[in-house]
Amino acid sequence: MSKPHFLVHSPNDNVGVVVVEGLSAGTEMLGVITENDTTLTLKAEQDIPIGHKVAISDLKTGDTAIKYGQDIGKMVGDATKGKHVHVHNLKTKRW
Amino acid sequence: MSAEKFMGYRRENGRVGVRNHVIILPVDDISNAACVGVGNNIKGTLSLPHSYGRLQFGEDLDLHFRTMIGTGANPNVAAAVVIGIEPGWTQRIVDGIAATGKPVAGFSIEQHGDLETIAAASRKAKEFVHWATELQREECDISELWISTKCGESDTTTGLGSCPTVGNMYDKLIPKGVYGVFGETSEITGGEHLCKERGATPEIGEKFMAVWQAYMDEVIEPFKVDDLSESQPTKGNIEGGLTTIEEKAFGNLEKIGRTSKYIDVLKPAEAPSKGPGLYYMDTSSAAAECVTLMAAAGYAVHTFPTGQGNVVGNPILPVIKISANPRTVRTMSEHVDLDVTGILTREMTLDSAGDALIDMILSTANGRLTAAEALGHQEFVMTKLYRSA
Repeated sequence: MSKPHFLVHSPNDNVGVVVVEGLSAGTEMLGVITENDTTLTLKAEQDIPIGHKVAISDLKTGDTAIKYGQDIGKMVGDATKGKHVHVHNLKTKRW
Repeated sequence: MSAEKFMGYRRENGRVGVRNHVIILPVDDISNAACVGVGNNIKGTLSLPHSYGRLQFGEDLDLHFRTMIGTGANPNVAAAVVIGIEPGWTQRIVDGIAATGKPVAGFSIEQHGDLETIAAASRKAKEFVHWATELQREECDISELWISTKCGESDTTTGLGSCPTVGNMYDKLIPKGVYGVFGETSEITGGEHLCKERGATPEIGEKFMAVWQAYMDEVIEPFKVDDLSESQPTKGNIEGGLTTIEEKAFGNLEKIGRTSKYIDVLKPAEAPSKGPGLYYMDTSSAAAECVTLMAAAGYAVHTFPTGQGNVVGNPILPVIKISANPRTVRTMSEHVDLDVTGILTREMTLDSAGDALIDMILSTANGRLTAAEALGHQEFVMTKLYRSA
């Protein structure tokens, strides 16, 4: 298998993690869901730094972001598929 | 796994150490100078200056004594010289360490002054160094290791790679009889329900929840001024792609693997007393504080996953750094003991990463200096519960 551009923990997740450096907008990305070893493809809509999250489904303000199959916070901005998800559009539900 | 034995130092109480330090331990902050003086005089000693020990009371004072006595009692320590401003608390720490059967001597400064104290303590420290350096390592079984874990400067790669590597190691070694420990109470937030489920019994899970809730009620709620952005997650976490405390918590919990359940919930620096197995310790998530508490509880090797590159070490507990972040491994290679970036490229399985960590633990136990040791990281940082009297 060629090296993935992003990894997804669980099949239920709606965000993945970019695992390559210098990922630029427009890249056709290969992703792997680590829990079941299945692959998916997705076009990067933005430059996304290594380690940062990418939306793998269309996320709207108020949606819950799911990673590890778990609730990791609420969207406070929209992120369509392939967009960068981070502090600008995702917030904790705690504290 | 290439081997299941290592050469360690068997101590008077049966515990096995992987280092052979003669420490010069200050009871209190104002005895640091005398301890450093002894450390300068006598080669082969390790002075451990720290910031506290005066006018503490109640639970905070208990924690101070537990940390001091536990540090001296740790099997990585061969012998200890204790120096305090006055004889009472000094003797209390000496007696606590002496219960292990190892050589320990106390000195107090009042009525003597620094110089006379340093002279007397240096003579004793020199005796201890001669004695300790004649000790020989002997073959020990991997099951005799006490292995702690805490991650730092985490990012999304720790949750994908380096934390599950530690989890895989625990899945393999806890059944062999090692002692494990994890903690970081604040950082479990968002994943506390999962952590609760990993208690060996519902009661132990509830004991964890009580500790976690107390942290929320007594620390976070009274003192927070915002949503803790920039503290939890840290600026480094955010740079590395972690966005929320919940996300950080799930990555953190990857360190305990899939199969082990914790068999007790320890107070900070409390030595485990329920036999081999995994323990939870109520600790801060700050690296130096947490590792210091785990060392004081008697752990002999520490596994430390990092994403963005936390450089922490400890004077008596070797801290093994594991990273899955290719940028960190490239830009901070001198800090990384085990490179598991292959997990991200799918060229390394978690199983092989766990085996590689076990090999690194055994090498470290055999005497290989960790990156943090070689770079001189000796962070010895007390946890303080509240203001002094």
